[in-house]
Amino acid sequence: MKLNENTILKNWPIFLVIALLAVSPFMMNNYWIDVFFFFGIYALLGLSLNIVLGEVGLFDLGHMGFMAIGAYTTAILNTHFGIPIIFLMPVSALAAAGFAWLVCSPIIHLRGDYLCIVTIGMGEIVRLTLINNPFGITGGPNGVFGIDFLSFGGPLVIDTSIESYFVIWIIVGLSILGLINLQRSRIGRAWNCIREDEIAAESTGIDVRYYKLLAFVLGAGLAGVAGNIYASKLMIVSPESFTFMESCMLFCIVLIGGMGSIPGVLIGSAAISLFPEVFRTFAQYRMLIFGVAMVVMMIFRPGGIWPRKRGAIEFKSLLPKAGEDNV
Amino acid sequence: MSKDSNGHIEIINKTENEIKEINKLNQVVLQTIKLTKKFGGLIAVNNFDLKVYKGEISSLIGPNGAGKTTVFNVVTGIYQADGGKVIFKGEDLAGKKPHQIIEKGIARTFQNIRLFNNMTCLENVMAGQHCRSREGVRSSIFRTSSQRKEESEIREIAKRRLQQVGLWKYRDELAKNIAYGNQRLLEIARALASNPDLLILDEPSSGLNDKESEDLVKFLKDLLKENLTILLIEHDMNVVMGISDWVTVMDEGKKIAEGKPEEVYHNPIVIEAYLGKEEEEES
Ligand SMILES: Nc1ncnc2c1ncn2[C@@H]1O[C@H](COP(=O)(O)OP(=O)(O)OP(=O)(O)O)[C@@H](O)[C@H]1O
Ligand SMILES: [Mg+2]
Repeated sequence: MKLNENTILKNWPIFLVIALLAVSPFMMNNYWIDVFFFFGIYALLGLSLNIVLGEVGLFDLGHMGFMAIGAYTTAILNTHFGIPIIFLMPVSALAAAGFAWLVCSPIIHLRGDYLCIVTIGMGEIVRLTLINNPFGITGGPNGVFGIDFLSFGGPLVIDTSIESYFVIWIIVGLSILGLINLQRSRIGRAWNCIREDEIAAESTGIDVRYYKLLAFVLGAGLAGVAGNIYASKLMIVSPESFTFMESCMLFCIVLIGGMGSIPGVLIGSAAISLFPEVFRTFAQYRMLIFGVAMVVMMIFRPGGIWPRKRGAIEFKSLLPKAGEDNV
Repeated sequence: MSKDSNGHIEIINKTENEIKEINKLNQVVLQTIKLTKKFGGLIAVNNFDLKVYKGEISSLIGPNGAGKTTVFNVVTGIYQADGGKVIFKGEDLAGKKPHQIIEKGIARTFQNIRLFNNMTCLENVMAGQHCRSREGVRSSIFRTSSQRKEESEIREIAKRRLQQVGLWKYRDELAKNIAYGNQRLLEIARALASNPDLLILDEPSSGLNDKESEDLVKFLKDLLKENLTILLIEHDMNVVMGISDWVTVMDEGKKIAEGKPEEVYHNPIVIEAYLGKEEEEES
């Protein structure tokens, strides 16, 4: 992409957002910088779930399981073997992606609600396994602590809030670039075709099984990266961060923002992470408010706040319909 | 050797090898041999033999529920046959998945249109070339020059196909928003985008008005110039008579007649099958 005047003029909202994200940490205190750090983590997770849910239309309510695999891979390999966090980033991504490939291969043919239930089970099994402390490596309910900071060697150690803020948002930015390219490729098209009509997709030459698995593997890999950054930022990982409720939150991010829409994911994750901070007093009603928001959304804006441009994908269109399989 | 009315050599009492030889002479593109498909107790397709000759338009006709669509679904791999074979260009298609079969060169449309509704017309046709393109995940994420080149080729071919069916002006419309007749054409364009050897169409003229049906007939005849073979299921007798080189009639899962359109049209068994059904429906 050539960065001439025209591209800047046409895409001014994007450049405005980038500029705002770049300067805002210098005007915030550490508390708010951390809030924005978690906004970034949610954005990355939302983007990763969006591949599976938004692009392909597969219901995945166990997505935190993949992040947990990434976070624990980083935590265990770092604390036991002292491997630097930076090297563990690709390792965590591969571990989560490999895990996704392993558990999703046998279930990938399930559709809609069945797949949803199995992914819930998968996420919960990961969490319970971590609690049960297999081989004494996951630390049980307490988790693993004493994880190093991310370091690029020498004095370049990411140990302040503002530094980790930039790390996460640069990674979010790079992921968005890659994901936009994917959306515009034959792979993104194949994913969308599957979401629209599986039988037609298969008959059009798309290996439905392969592309569904690919979505899970890429989504899990990205969630694994989020896990790696999360672990080194908090310096501790414990099973309670990866609950079913958190997976539901990710689901909400994609639904609220607009399925298959990258700006939508950013808006959704902003809503999930910033809202409770702004309305501190209502914090205990967080779930209630989200519930109501979801219901209202489904009725008045079924395509999400910022739907994908070429046509809003409504959540209910993904639900299995009677007689859909009759060709 | 005896020949039928279209100059195809008959195969009666021949061994498998002889059949292969004759098929080569006849240039049979697609053949089903004793094809059987059951749904529970219902035998939807029963020992069904079908031959489609290269460069011709063949029609498969029959009353409602005869099993025509089921034959298509078995041929394109959506259902597995319970018995018999499907041979395409000399190769047995048993166990092949739909996405492999289109790669071999059979592209299809559906009786009740199945487009990618929330995608644009252009994207629908671009998707049709999936099996003819290769770029993978890495090159797509990094948008390498080879990926961009392939993508623009895909777009070019899609453009040509859309122009061919006269829908280029709707390229940026969502598939669900164009008129019904145009959706039928779009589905054909999507199938053509895979550059098939055999195009199979399930009732392409259903829901079209007379003018649109006429245009469709002209369009399909024109397609034959592209070195293509066409097999269609059709209810509209005007379309069948006007277009077909060869007609196969099926009823209750079985083949009851085959031949040139006018022969079939006057065949008492065929008339009986159709009239019988119509009377049942009327009474
Ligand atoms: N998936 C299925 N499960 C059960 N029965 C089926 C299925 N598909 C088709 N059938 C039955 O098989 C028979 C043949 O159906 P098919 O759709 O092939 O007929 P057709 O010749 O295409 O009819 P039409 O002209 O109405 O399209 C019918 O009795 C139908 O009810
Ligand atoms: Mg039919």
